[in-house]
Amino acid sequence: MSGAGNWAIPCVIFVIVFYGYLHRVHVFEVFLQGAREGLQTSVQILPALVALIAAVGILKASGALDLLTYALAPVMRLLGLPPEVLPLALLRPVSGSGAMVIFTELLTRFGPDSAIGRIASVLEGSTETTFYTIAVYYGATQIQKTRHTGPAAVAADLVGFVMSGIAVRLLFL
Amino acid sequence: MMTSIFSLMILGGILIAALMGRMEAVSAAALSDAGRAVQLVISLTGNFCLWSGLMQIAQASGLTDRLAAAARPLTRRLFRGLSANGEAMRAITMNLAANLIGLGSAAMPLGIRAMRAMEREERANGIATDNMALFVVMNTASLQLIPTTNALLRAQAGAAQPLDILPAVWLASAVSIVAGVAAAKLLSRVIL
Repeated sequence: MSGAGNWAIPCVIFVIVFYGYLHRVHVFEVFLQGAREGLQTSVQILPALVALIAAVGILKASGALDLLTYALAPVMRLLGLPPEVLPLALLRPVSGSGAMVIFTELLTRFGPDSAIGRIASVLEGSTETTFYTIAVYYGATQIQKTRHTGPAAVAADLVGFVMSGIAVRLLFL
Repeated sequence: MMTSIFSLMILGGILIAALMGRMEAVSAAALSDAGRAVQLVISLTGNFCLWSGLMQIAQASGLTDRLAAAARPLTRRLFRGLSANGEAMRAITMNLAANLIGLGSAAMPLGIRAMRAMEREERANGIATDNMALFVVMNTASLQLIPTTNALLRAQAGAAQPLDILPAVWLASAVSIVAGVAAAKLLSRVIL
């Protein structure tokens, strides 16, 4: 599986440059034009990233996650999810690296082929860093009002969480 | 939306830290994580430049047009009112393709490009358009067919077959994406 991953990026780059070269595009000059835009993008998303990453840092260090896990355990049982995966579900939408740490902990503590390990894997693999994406994508534009973006994305996440439990029970247990 | 989430995280975090006696950890985290964000952007900048540059080549050579044409039956139903050959539609197609094959590092710069192009084409004027919201929602759901990092971590933890969860991941992702698209389409009429 890591074999396919190693091939994907070089192949895509090869095809793009080769196709451009065949069609007599001045690939170097055109690349530089685009790359310059990439630089602007970085500068533009920096404020949104600082805001979100600092906020996540505060939340993680405060112990709020432990408190929420304790408070929301009954809701999790109602949704058919083990409470142990709640920290992962809470952190996944805001921090990819933070979620990765919790995911690894769950795998080592319960084993990757346990029900909890499987549900955590499916949850991690089937959802994205929602709020990070919203902040970065809109941060690069002049948009002030994101309208229904947040609610719709959260709805998709919730469905994803519940579905990870259902999918594992359906296909493994 | 982001205002309430940001306030909730900061205010809630600091209040709870005060109650639980963790102010020292919070003050260290706030400062060091702000710095970490800058490091993250610097490490992302190379990626942004690389993929924006490659995207520019793909656009100049007509490669994106061909890909966009192939994806048109799907994209024109999802993103209504965007010009079929416009930059926005091309960047959207490239972003969705990068997501599918798991090129996360390429998907983000392409997605940002798509957002800016939509903002221009639809004259957004500070308010997200239906297409922009739908596009972001699709990117907040996972479109990746093979979650490689996930499988790698499972392999390291000693999973018998790290990829045996794939059908379950696909099922959960598919249902969650359909839910997201439906929610975006429905809510676009409610939240104006």
